[in-house]
Amino acid sequence: MSNAIDRRRLLARAAAFGLLGPLSGCNYDDLKHPDLADRLLTAISRWNDKVQAALFNPRLLAPTYPASAITRPPRFNAFYSESQAPVIDGARWKLELSGRIAEKQPWTLADLRAAPQQSQITRLICVEGWRVIGQWGGVSLGWFLHRIGADLRARYVSFHCADGYYESIDMPSALHPQTILALDFLGEPLTPPFGFPLRLRIPTKLGFKNPKSLVALGVTNDFPGGYWVRQGYNWFSGS
Amino acid sequence: MSARPPGAQRRPIHPWPLRLMHWLNALAIVIMIGSGWQIYDASPLFAFTFPGSITIGEWLGGAIAWHFAGMWLLGLNGLCYLSWSVLTGRFRGKLQPPGPRAFWRDAVAALTFRLEHREGSYNAVQRALYLAVIGLGVLAVASGLAVWKPVQLWWLSDLFGGFRISRYVHFFAMAGIVTFLAVHLVLVVLVPRVLLPMITGGRLSEDVP
Repeated sequence: MSNAIDRRRLLARAAAFGLLGPLSGCNYDDLKHPDLADRLLTAISRWNDKVQAALFNPRLLAPTYPASAITRPPRFNAFYSESQAPVIDGARWKLELSGRIAEKQPWTLADLRAAPQQSQITRLICVEGWRVIGQWGGVSLGWFLHRIGADLRARYVSFHCADGYYESIDMPSALHPQTILALDFLGEPLTPPFGFPLRLRIPTKLGFKNPKSLVALGVTNDFPGGYWVRQGYNWFSGS
Repeated sequence: MSARPPGAQRRPIHPWPLRLMHWLNALAIVIMIGSGWQIYDASPLFAFTFPGSITIGEWLGGAIAWHFAGMWLLGLNGLCYLSWSVLTGRFRGKLQPPGPRAFWRDAVAALTFRLEHREGSYNAVQRALYLAVIGLGVLAVASGLAVWKPVQLWWLSDLFGGFRISRYVHFFAMAGIVTFLAVHLVLVVLVPRVLLPMITGGRLSEDVP
């Protein structure tokens, strides 16, 4: 997909629709100089965040599926091609912790493997409209946040990735029982294109809210945004 | 029918709330269809995509922003229209579902260009089309909510047979609305004097019950 702007094409299109003359734009190409449509749509998107937070039921589970429903082969998706997935040395990898957390010492893969594990066969819905079913296993994010002494009244949990991607989710979604820090995919350790060594798996949100190859986790009250959110995707993006 | 005092204004063909809601709906429909086509293109259901030149939003993120803004206009305006129509008795009066015989009679007359336009009342074909597009609008909104919230609104998602089928239902509801729009616009071109009253309200030339 392209964010390149072509003012002439855009205006021709707006003229074609007539009614939308004053509202042309909203390709979020120039975040420092948003036009009227950009500002209006951003405000409504923030409102939609609030509506979705109100709609979110922390006890309602996303549907689970039998192993026979798992999509094979799994579908790769990122803002780069599969061969460009980051290469990480699992032995030296650490998850850095920051923000409103009491115990900030980094976690190693061995630490995470020693924690209680859970597995799920759930549906991943991409913002583009397709969906896959996969099996992910790992550590409950809620358990992890309790364990590191995170401020559970803070508003956001943020994630940074080895490939420069970043994301953030609301605390109620972070504490949902199906939200996990996934180590395994289809019963085996994650492979590099699918988020090795650790990814967020959150079946109550769209696919792009499931960042891969995590290197840092933070707990904060300051809105951390996200890679795609900065370009115009809705932040909450709950399912 | 009671006699009208001399000089009293005759009733408009289209009362102002209807005109306002009609044009707000027109704006919402254009936004929803244009941005919906761009969203469709990100993961097409069929072997075709919509040309970018007739979509709204420039890319997926922009289109979604338009779609989820337009949904408020479409949904709230639609709710206003439905409640207003129930309260004013419009569904019992002007929009009563036609019987098959009346529909057949008017459809044949329409297709042979012999159906007369009577201002202030709808013929059987019009009533059938308007009721159908209202139904399609409700279906589009419901299936759209099922696509948007397949977890929180799981019962709605289940009602349509799950996430993937909801997308098809949503698509075909759109296709039905687009078909209606094509017919709607062709009829306005064929009988252009119906356009102005939808803007100004017009005046009924005689009392029509």
